[in-house]
Order: sequence, then structure tokens, then C-alpha cells
Amino acid sequence: MKKSLLLVLSLVFALTLAACGQNNNSQTPGSAASNSPSEQPASSQPASETPKALSGSILAAGSTALQPLVEQVSQKFMAISENSKIAITVQGGGSGGGLTQVQAGQADIGNSDIFAEEKFTDADADKAKELVDHQVAVVAMAAVAHPDAGVDNLTKQQLIDIFTGKTTNWKDVGGIDQQIVIVNRPASSGTRKTFERYALGAATEDLPGSIQEDSSGTVRKLVAETPGAIGYLALSYLDKSIKVLKLDDIEANADNVAAGTYPVWAYEHMYTKGEPNEIVKAFLDYMLSDEVQKTDVIELGYIPANQMKVVRDAAGNVSSK
Amino acid sequence: MNNPANTETTHKADGARFGGGLFPKHIREEWIGRTYVYSCVGLLVVTIFSIVWFIASKGLSPFMTGGVSLREMLFGLKWQPEGKPPLFGALPFLFGSTATSFMAALIAAPFGFCAAVFMTQIAPKAGRSVLQPAIELLAGIPSVVYGFVGLSVVVPFLREHFPGQGIGIMAGSLVLAVMILPTVTTIATDALATLPAGLKEGSFALGATRWQTIYKLILPTTLPSLLTGIVLGISRAFGEALAVQMVIGNAPHIPRSLFESATTLTSVITLEMGNTVGGSLHNNALWSLALILLLMTFLFVFIVRMLERRARR
Repeated sequence: MKKSLLLVLSLVFALTLAACGQNNNSQTPGSAASNSPSEQPASSQPASETPKALSGSILAAGSTALQPLVEQVSQKFMAISENSKIAITVQGGGSGGGLTQVQAGQADIGNSDIFAEEKFTDADADKAKELVDHQVAVVAMAAVAHPDAGVDNLTKQQLIDIFTGKTTNWKDVGGIDQQIVIVNRPASSGTRKTFERYALGAATEDLPGSIQEDSSGTVRKLVAETPGAIGYLALSYLDKSIKVLKLDDIEANADNVAAGTYPVWAYEHMYTKGEPNEIVKAFLDYMLSDEVQKTDVIELGYIPANQMKVVRDAAGNVSSK
Repeated sequence: MNNPANTETTHKADGARFGGGLFPKHIREEWIGRTYVYSCVGLLVVTIFSIVWFIASKGLSPFMTGGVSLREMLFGLKWQPEGKPPLFGALPFLFGSTATSFMAALIAAPFGFCAAVFMTQIAPKAGRSVLQPAIELLAGIPSVVYGFVGLSVVVPFLREHFPGQGIGIMAGSLVLAVMILPTVTTIATDALATLPAGLKEGSFALGATRWQTIYKLILPTTLPSLLTGIVLGISRAFGEALAVQMVIGNAPHIPRSLFESATTLTSVITLEMGNTVGGSLHNNALWSLALILLLMTFLFVFIVRMLERRARR
């Protein structure tokens, strides 16, 4: 009797663990917070006027350009006492990965530097229609180089020649005699797509001898340490360890971007599949609130969307507001 | 009085009368144990076959319905799945994986063998108390830590002392060599420890010095087991993704030197898988690369079993 009871208990235990492993990350929109047996049952109450404690978890994945902002805001959001039961996880993986994951239901929020219509084209075009766009900020990308490269401005044509491999030495563009080392992002990166589209004008191949790193943080580290390196980063990643290059003599800062004179910028999108559920909506509303837009967004190097004097649509057409 | 679980003779004759008569305790236990073990094994076998079938079905579909030829994937030099027309040449990845794994094994093998010799022949006490825990510690370090240390220490070092970027096959091989060192050392130590003592003593009796014994007798005798360890190390290095991806550069081309950016099968899968949509040709092509990795693993296991059969002789 004892042995069979132990057997049955161990099987039940194993099955329970398997069931508990199915966590809240793949919530469908509209469903309330918790659906696993181990969570407190205090959560799924109908929406009421009085503020109540929400609970559950959110997975935001995708762009590493947007990642610093989402991480900082999520910490502030979780510190508010009503939200203490919500757990927010922020991952990288690139804008392409974020869009794919939110579309497949694996992530609640897909962070992306590009419009969903830019990624889901041709046969997949109706996938983009399922996603709801929330534009939370504007980010600019700048070309960066190793501090000793000896150059602080590049024309568009010079950039194109470097990234297509025509120019291979810094001395050809006015710098020191040093081999140019390109530090790229993978094809899934929104930073790369934005830089290629608005600074270079066309997508570039991965050349022999170029380096590909999958997060902006590693790119910054490599550019700072490798003599002759050139790469591109969102403004949120710029610091003293690398040299920021001007494009056609226009500096990459918030004023130039807002005025529309610096062309290499993109909206930071947080996509959800369909309308967001209660806790995701609470997070997105907080993200768009003045408290965040006036402090964290500017502090981390992004530009609030309402400061922009121009708008751009998915096809890339720019018009003034 | 009448205890039905007691004697063997009751179960046939008085089966219907007693409660547990037809299935007495020992037969019940037998069945329960057998069912449990068989179901666990069955689950295991089903899982393994499902994984292989899943990878194979997704990985073979570019060849069967996608219009990609086997020759293009194995020998083509350009990997542009999003290009027009899409190209699926995986030779740079095969080259990168093979080169880093073999070089790592080449670097790790002498160190592993020497460590094993030290631990068993030269200083067994110090070996068992100091060196063995240290090597087992190496085995426990997560691979992302290896990658980060490689990026922060190995790459700048190589950049300063050799021409080139520091990143590349050499950096990848060095990081992998440290990662597979525990595997090679453990197997070598086991092989050396199970040598019959008579062999060594006979050699000393004939007047050979310790080094002569090690070099001319022990090494050739344990060579099949050492090769087993090396092949297992290569197999581990072949499948390593994260540590290698951080130090190898990931340019999808065959490098022209040891210090130029290269790519492996595993790093291209990790870089691109998250970006592709399930079911697309790009996604299935990545599964084909995974299938190649799986087949290479089968090959390594096969080689190891052949070597073990020889070692037992």
C-alpha cells in the first residue's frame, strides 16, 4: 500500500510540475491575469472604478535599441504598490525577433524599431494586420567609430562606400592609416534596418572580415576596443568610449531629429497582438504617460514622439505635422 | 487465520474466494515494477524518436519541396536566404564548425593527456585533491561566461600579438579548448587509472625510466581510450553555440586567416532563428543546418563506439 501510494504521488507530482511550467507568458489578449494553479487566486476581477492590485506577468521582447527604456520603465512600474504583483521580463533578440514572437503569441509585447508592415511583406502581409501599434518614443541611430580613427564626419557616399567594401582604409576618408573593421548587427536587427534604409539607402551584404554581433551592447564594446572599427548604434547607447560620427555635417542629437534634418531615426513601436489585455494596457499607458515621457525618455537619449515636428509612415514618406 | 497473501499454493485453487487471491502480492509487485520501468523507457524512446523525426521532417523539406539542392547547401559559398534569389550555401558554416572543433581538440588533447598522466602516474595524491576538482570546476562554468571571458580577455590578447582582428577561428578554438578540457581529461584519467599495474611494473623491471614507460608503453596502450575522449570533446565543441558566437565574428564567409571573422553552424542558427517565421523557407533551411548538426553527432557517437570496441580488445 505504501509503495503504490508513493508511486501515485510521484506521478501526480510530476504532472503538476508539468502543468505549472505552463506560465503566463503566452496570454491571449482579453484573458485575465493568471491561469496556472500555483498563482494566488486574487487576480481575475472584473474592471471596476477603484484601483485594485493587478497580477500576472508580461514578456516584452525584441529591439535592443528600445531595451534600456523598457527595462528602466518596467522597474519604475513594478515599484508602484498597485503593480507589485506584476512581473515584467524584458528580452533582446532584435526587432525582427520581437515581431515574430509577438505575432506567434510567445511574447506579450514586441519591441520593434521598424513598422510591422516592413517585416511582414508579400505573403505574410495579413500577419501585420493582427498587430496593434503603440509608438512610445523616437530613437535616432548614429554611425560610431573607434576613438582613434581620426574622423568625426562622414558623407553619405563615404558611408555607403565603407559599408559596401569599396573603401577599406580610414586614410581614404581622412583618418589614420588603419584597416576598417565593420561591426554589423544581424539581419533581424531594427537598428541595422533603420541605419541601412535612411543612412545608406539600401541593404548591405555581410562582407568577408566583417563582424556580426547580436546586441547593441556588444557592438559598443567591440567598436570601443577594436582599432579601426565602425558600427552603428541607437543614441541610447552612446557614451564616451566611442566616437560618434556626424552624417553630412549634421550632428545626431534630439533637436536635429525633431526638426527632421537628421534623417536616421525611427519610431519605437511596442506591438501587441490585438488589443492589449488589462495588465499590458496598464503598462503601455504608464509608458505613454507624461511622467515617463518627460523624464526617462529624455534621460536615456530617446525623443518623445510629441516633440517631433515631422511624421513618417510605414512606407517612409515624411511629412510635417 | 487464512492470510491470502501468504502462501503460493492458495492462489490457484482458492482464487475466487480470497480478495487478493488471483493476483497475490508478489505478482502484483512484479507487474507494477515492470509497467513503471517500461513506461519510462517507452516515454524516453518516443521522445528521442520524436525529436529526430521533427528535425528531419523540417530539415528535409527545403530539399524536397523548397527547390534547394543538396549540392548547393553543402558546397555553396553564399548564404543569403532573404536575397532575391535566395541562396543557401552552407559551406562557410561547415568549414567554421569543423575547423574550430578540430583545432580545439588539437589544443586540448596534449593538455588533457598531461594532466591525466600527472594525476595518475606522477603525483596521485596532489592530483586527486587539487587538480581533479579544479578541472571539474571548469566543466561547471556556464558557456556564456566562457564567451564573455573570451571576448574580454582572449580577443584583445590575440589582437595585440597577432595581425588581424583578434576575433576568428583562433579565438573560438582557444575558448572551446578550455571548455572541452574537462571531458578529455576525465576520460584520459579513467583510461590511465584502469591500466593493469603489471604492465608498468614489468616495464620498470626491464629497466625503463618513468618517462620512457609513459612515452613508449602507456601512451600507445591507452591510445584508443584517449581518442574516445578526444572525439567526445570534438562532439561537444561542434555543438557549442553561445561561447563561440561571441568570439568568432559571424561573417558568413570562409575566412582567409585564423584571425578573421568566421561562422559556425550553431552561431548562424542562434543569430537567425528568432528572426524567421515558422514554416518559411528560411526557417526550414535553418532546420536543415540543425539536421546536419544532428547527423554529425550521430557520426561522432558511431566513431566513439568503434573506438571503444577496439579499446576493449
